[in-house]
Amino acid sequence: MWLTSKIKQIVLALKPGTVTLKYPFEPRPAPKDFRGQPVWDHTKCIGCGGCANHCPARTILMRDLCQDIRVLLYDGARCTYCGRCADLCPEKAIVMSSEYELATGDRNDVTQSIELFMLTCNRCGRCYDMEIKNVIDKLDLRGYRYDSLETRTVLRRTTDRMAPEILDETGTFHRPEKIGG
Amino acid sequence: MAALFSKLATKAFPKSLWVYHCNSGACNGCDIEILNVLTPYYDIERFGMKLVGSPRHADVMLLSGAVTRPTLPLVKRAFEAIPSPKLVFGIGSCAAGGGCWFDTYNVMGGGATAVPVDYLIPGCPPRPEAIIYGVALALGLVDKKAAPIELKQVEFPIDAYLRNKAWEERNVIYRLIKD
Repeated sequence: MWLTSKIKQIVLALKPGTVTLKYPFEPRPAPKDFRGQPVWDHTKCIGCGGCANHCPARTILMRDLCQDIRVLLYDGARCTYCGRCADLCPEKAIVMSSEYELATGDRNDVTQSIELFMLTCNRCGRCYDMEIKNVIDKLDLRGYRYDSLETRTVLRRTTDRMAPEILDETGTFHRPEKIGG
Repeated sequence: MAALFSKLATKAFPKSLWVYHCNSGACNGCDIEILNVLTPYYDIERFGMKLVGSPRHADVMLLSGAVTRPTLPLVKRAFEAIPSPKLVFGIGSCAAGGGCWFDTYNVMGGGATAVPVDYLIPGCPPRPEAIIYGVALALGLVDKKAAPIELKQVEFPIDAYLRNKAWEERNVIYRLIKD
């Protein structure tokens, strides 16, 4: 009998009621320990560049404009929200917030840039140990960094003294074009 | 007559968007979240959206994955097959900006290198709610929350570098030790 089966269906459908979320019209907070957009606290950041060295997607870029000013740029468009930066920040300046509503039409909407003031050491400018002992530490970029903020590229080039000519050189960096693209 | 039809098409376009799911070398994380969005729990058919199998029936392309080199011509062909007007959603960090693979030799690095991406939904993978938020943003149901943040540390009143340099120049003992 098709009618009895239909009635059975209605009874079965009524039992659970409405399960659909009313999400875009009602807020839905993320669960605890959810890793959303990382947020920098510029009052705590010391500009060590540890987050930039360890970011797997190379979303965090560092550029020394002069002896005293270092710019940190976070490009959230290719961030994988792994939380590595927040884990290793020595000053706990990075917090993984629970913000996940990041959809946007413009790529630049998910960026964060911080202008850091770096204090000058009286003896050597900035104290960087450029003589690296082990292989894993050699992967780290130490000293003054000149990443391309325009093309969002990490350039593996560092110096132990501020070099304005390298800054000018890398200022006009173009990413090599790929075949087919 | 053609102008009237194009006007009608642009007006009727946001009423019921049919989506075509295009995987351009994703790890299946984003694809599972897209399937999640189609389930009754996160019912996306409330907005008149429906998954279709052919790009010729679709209005919206859900692009997931950093475009790998073998899939690049296929993604371009699928995009051209969608009748205009059309939208492209870059779902996940890979489609939005290339993810971890933005620099790799066999990956084009992001959906923007193959097709014009209208809306990007970052996340690895994005939550189903984040995808729904992106869809609602495209339909104009919610306001955009993301905005660029620019912060600046307070600078010292005196330029420390110049001050130290001046001190070095006028410090006689310092010069004597050097000689």
